[in-house]
Amino acid sequence: MPAAESLLDVEGPAAPPRSNGELAFDAPWERRVFGVTMALTERVFSYEDFRQRLIGRVAEAPDRPYWHSWAAALEDALGDACAIDVEALDARHQQFLARPHGHDH
Amino acid sequence: MSEPDPIAVRVEALESVLVERGLLDAKSIDTIIEHYETDVGPLNGARVVAKAWTDDAFRARLLENGTKAVAELGYGGVEGADLRVLENTGEVHNVVVCTLCSCYPWPVLGLPPSWYKSDAYRSRMVAEPRAVLAEMGLDVPAEVQVRVWDSSAEARYMVLPQRPPGTDGWSADQLVPLVTRDSMIGVARALEAADAGR
Repeated sequence: MPAAESLLDVEGPAAPPRSNGELAFDAPWERRVFGVTMALTERVFSYEDFRQRLIGRVAEAPDRPYWHSWAAALEDALGDACAIDVEALDARHQQFLARPHGHDH
Repeated sequence: MSEPDPIAVRVEALESVLVERGLLDAKSIDTIIEHYETDVGPLNGARVVAKAWTDDAFRARLLENGTKAVAELGYGGVEGADLRVLENTGEVHNVVVCTLCSCYPWPVLGLPPSWYKSDAYRSRMVAEPRAVLAEMGLDVPAEVQVRVWDSSAEARYMVLPQRPPGTDGWSADQLVPLVTRDSMIGVARALEAADAGR
């Protein structure tokens, strides 16, 4: 992999998707769930295992937004690896949802 | 502030639980995202194409075994296994799609554009490629055959676009800016010499 310095001044037609004016992510959480998944890849599950779950989630609801399927597939892959306690996750989810809106984090 | 998006909160909760369990640390996530957004991008692919345009022996190796050839330039990694490079010619125009999910040669092309993942692109490119290409601004002459390649676990595809006319004698570095992401997916041609802006 070449040094980041040689790639950072990316402008013009060869620029990454985002600089082409087209966002690969439409919301910060989508970007985040991508990063979380790639951080877990090859440590907790293989990318191929995740990919199979992603295919399944996309297939079961083709109209669902892509990153929603991705997030569901991530939970599937974590479940397959016995890496997540769903009850603990649900509890944390409820806890975060109950926060006052506009909190600073 | 509007209501928080439940799925955004869900992802945040998931990350929080995983960090607590020691499976993740927030900094490594930032690094990985930055890696895919900046270190890895279409510029890698553009360098591959520009080298292929200026180095016949490299082009031959690239078409023979894409994975090995891009590794010569230091590119590879999780999504890069089994990279196959398809050469556009005066007779054949290649275009890449993934009908199952969104397989994409990330190490050379970076993150896929949002339309690549759309139902419309994934389904229609197979059924009526010429119509979809025309809608995307690329008219393929009737005498040129269009080949659609469906990415899979076995193969990720990248298109080697035709070298634009009027670029004889250009160095690989001069050619790189002509190679757009879309030209390596096959939904556009490489830019014209006049578009180089230099």
